[in-house]
Amino acid sequence: MMLSEFWFILIGVLFVGFFYLEGFDFGVGMSTQFLAKNEDERRVLIKTIGPVWDANEVWLITAGGAMFAAFPHWYATAFSGYYMAFVLLLLALIVRGVSFEFREKGPSKKWRYTWDLALFTGSILPPFLFGVFFTSLVQGLPMDEGYHVYANFFGDIVNLESVLGGVVFVLLSYVHGLFFIGLKTVGDLRERAFQQAKKMYALTGIVSAIYLFMFVQSALPLMDNAAILYGMVAAYAVFYFIALPFLLKHREGWSFLMTGFMWIVLVSTYFVALFPNVVINSVEGIANLSLYDAASGDYSLKIMTYVALTMVPIVLGYTIWSYYVFRKRIVGGKEDGY
Amino acid sequence: MMEEVFLARLQFASTTLFHFLFVPLSIGLVFLIALMQTLYYFKKEEIYLKMTKFWAIFFLINFAVGVVTGIIQEFQFGMNWSEYSRFVGDIFGAPLAVEALLAFFLESTFIGIWVFGEKKVPKWVHLLSIWLVSLGTILSAFWILVANSFMQNPTGYRLANGRAEMNDIAAVLTNEKLWVAFPHTVYASLATGAFFIIGVSAWYIMKGRHVEMFKKSMTLSLIVGLIASLAIAFSGHSQATYLMHAQPMKMAAAEGLWEDSGDPAAWTLFANIDVENRESTGRIDIPYLLSYLAYSEFSGKVEGMDTLEAKMIEQHGEGSYLPPVKTVFWSFRIMAGTGGVLIVIAALALWFNYRKTLEQKTWLLKLLVLSIFIPYISNSFGWIMSEVGRQPWVVNGLMETATAVSPNVTANQILFSLIAFSTIYAILGAVMVWLFVRVIKRGPEAPPKANVEATDPFDQGGAAQ
Repeated sequence: MMLSEFWFILIGVLFVGFFYLEGFDFGVGMSTQFLAKNEDERRVLIKTIGPVWDANEVWLITAGGAMFAAFPHWYATAFSGYYMAFVLLLLALIVRGVSFEFREKGPSKKWRYTWDLALFTGSILPPFLFGVFFTSLVQGLPMDEGYHVYANFFGDIVNLESVLGGVVFVLLSYVHGLFFIGLKTVGDLRERAFQQAKKMYALTGIVSAIYLFMFVQSALPLMDNAAILYGMVAAYAVFYFIALPFLLKHREGWSFLMTGFMWIVLVSTYFVALFPNVVINSVEGIANLSLYDAASGDYSLKIMTYVALTMVPIVLGYTIWSYYVFRKRIVGGKEDGY
Repeated sequence: MMEEVFLARLQFASTTLFHFLFVPLSIGLVFLIALMQTLYYFKKEEIYLKMTKFWAIFFLINFAVGVVTGIIQEFQFGMNWSEYSRFVGDIFGAPLAVEALLAFFLESTFIGIWVFGEKKVPKWVHLLSIWLVSLGTILSAFWILVANSFMQNPTGYRLANGRAEMNDIAAVLTNEKLWVAFPHTVYASLATGAFFIIGVSAWYIMKGRHVEMFKKSMTLSLIVGLIASLAIAFSGHSQATYLMHAQPMKMAAAEGLWEDSGDPAAWTLFANIDVENRESTGRIDIPYLLSYLAYSEFSGKVEGMDTLEAKMIEQHGEGSYLPPVKTVFWSFRIMAGTGGVLIVIAALALWFNYRKTLEQKTWLLKLLVLSIFIPYISNSFGWIMSEVGRQPWVVNGLMETATAVSPNVTANQILFSLIAFSTIYAILGAVMVWLFVRVIKRGPEAPPKANVEATDPFDQGGAAQ
């Protein structure tokens, strides 16, 4: 395997990691409006992700940095091509990031309400936008020979299929987050999270089915081997259905594991569909941007590979340890055990 | 295209300067907080724990704003400077990716452990966590300066495939610019943190609130502040000698020196820079000093902008290779001047502190409160000098700024994002200052809030870092 292919996979892994982890952070953020009845519950909910959300967001930062370093053309083409959408993404991530810190420190209910709204918006918009990005990347964007994207915001980027993709990302984040809440809380809140998860899970299934049907049509022309694409979609469906009995038996842990697998499959599907390209050109007669054309030189990739192979296990090690430290359920704003 | 370049530069400059209001305070504060917690760990005196927790409130608010404003930094190379990103990604992207892997994961994970895990991990692990956060912030500064140093003084690359490709990582990491800029930046950050604590403590001492605790904070920070501000001057001097041979145009612009200097070269304290007629009038010169700044000895002449530009035209073709001279000239003076003031203030305060008379010197205490802002001025103008002095290049000698922007992003789009980011940043800045003032007024004695947590940074109900 070439180093550029290794980095394509690694960036896929970083995005998978981002949605697996930050996915439930987004879901918990949404639950502060959809699930919480009062300030106490809101605090408990936020506290479930308090120690981890920032580190989870670093997966995205790292993915962006890795794109820049390993595929300068991919980074430059996509980030400038999605300019306006990225501005929205950044604004959302900014207000969400400070809301955790700001909401507690203010003087009034109104103040807290304002930052709660920021938290909610900042939790629902990013997954939606990522669903739109990944979908439209596979659909193809109008690009000139110098890899400059001149996309219409409505049409090329935002269209029925990509909006459905965004909705799937939002729903999956929410369900993933509700199962996470089920694992981290007790009593009434846990029970309600679970009841809501059941309803949302059904909706997630329906929207996913419509979306994936449309998505397969868009992705098929890109595939040398259609069976792989069908296999990915089937895997998504299988994990969806495996979760059902667990869901009925009130097993949040197993359900959470399954939505995690659905994230892995869903995000991987885009990388499988794109491979060996990184940006699809919707203009007839002009080539796609392939990962080989987008990649950095071998020397640079080799150095980066050494760093990644050394650092990723260490990072994973202390990340897992930190989840172990915060393994206990949260009761009334205070954890069990003290 | 001119409009796009202007707007993109304005956006990059404003978002970066804003981001760098928070970064140095985070780096400096967390180091001092880690020192306080270490003192608590070994001395077991409650007062050090109280100090640790009180200063942590500021650090955590500041850190949050620093984190979110940092995300834009990572994204806007690709968004606004796509041609730059294509040209340098091979060598410039790597340090950014490494920064995330090495520094961002470290600081974000261990800040979570530190804030929420006090009762869940052994005491030594808790202490280690804050030191790892401190290490993370310093590593982050290092790797971003690796990237910036390439823009200032490209090393370790070859031109191939129409871009700069890395071919020698050792040369990238031993870039002379890096090793003068990194210490300078870290010392400046320590001074920023130290003067923040000094100023706030001075206010409490004047008010007679919690005097013991804030005297301890004051003494510790004065020591760190004096050492740091002296070190800033020394590392600043090494920056100047570096500039002389690596970026002489920036140096000449910082001096307002059009024609070659005499030997020995005099340093211009003030002058009226006349860019149109290419001369500096009304100069107040200090003999020998420029030779000393440039070569660490009292002889040697310095080339002026006329000579340097002629050389560049010969090398790169017709064009203007002058940076905005006035901006560079005055930024340098503001940076160095305020830096000097820091040394004087820290030395004076430490002296009276040693004599145990600082408490009675109300004028000095008031000055210390005001001095909170001085490092911010130095930091900002230092970066303005450094980055504006690099113009018209985005990568010194290799790529001009005007060719680096994204051709597919329109002026209107940049205008929109510029307004959007500026608005949100203005709100964040105002909220943060307001929160700081609120926390200071309340003081460490604030009663716990209804639902416990909020005043205790180690156990905040839901507040993240």
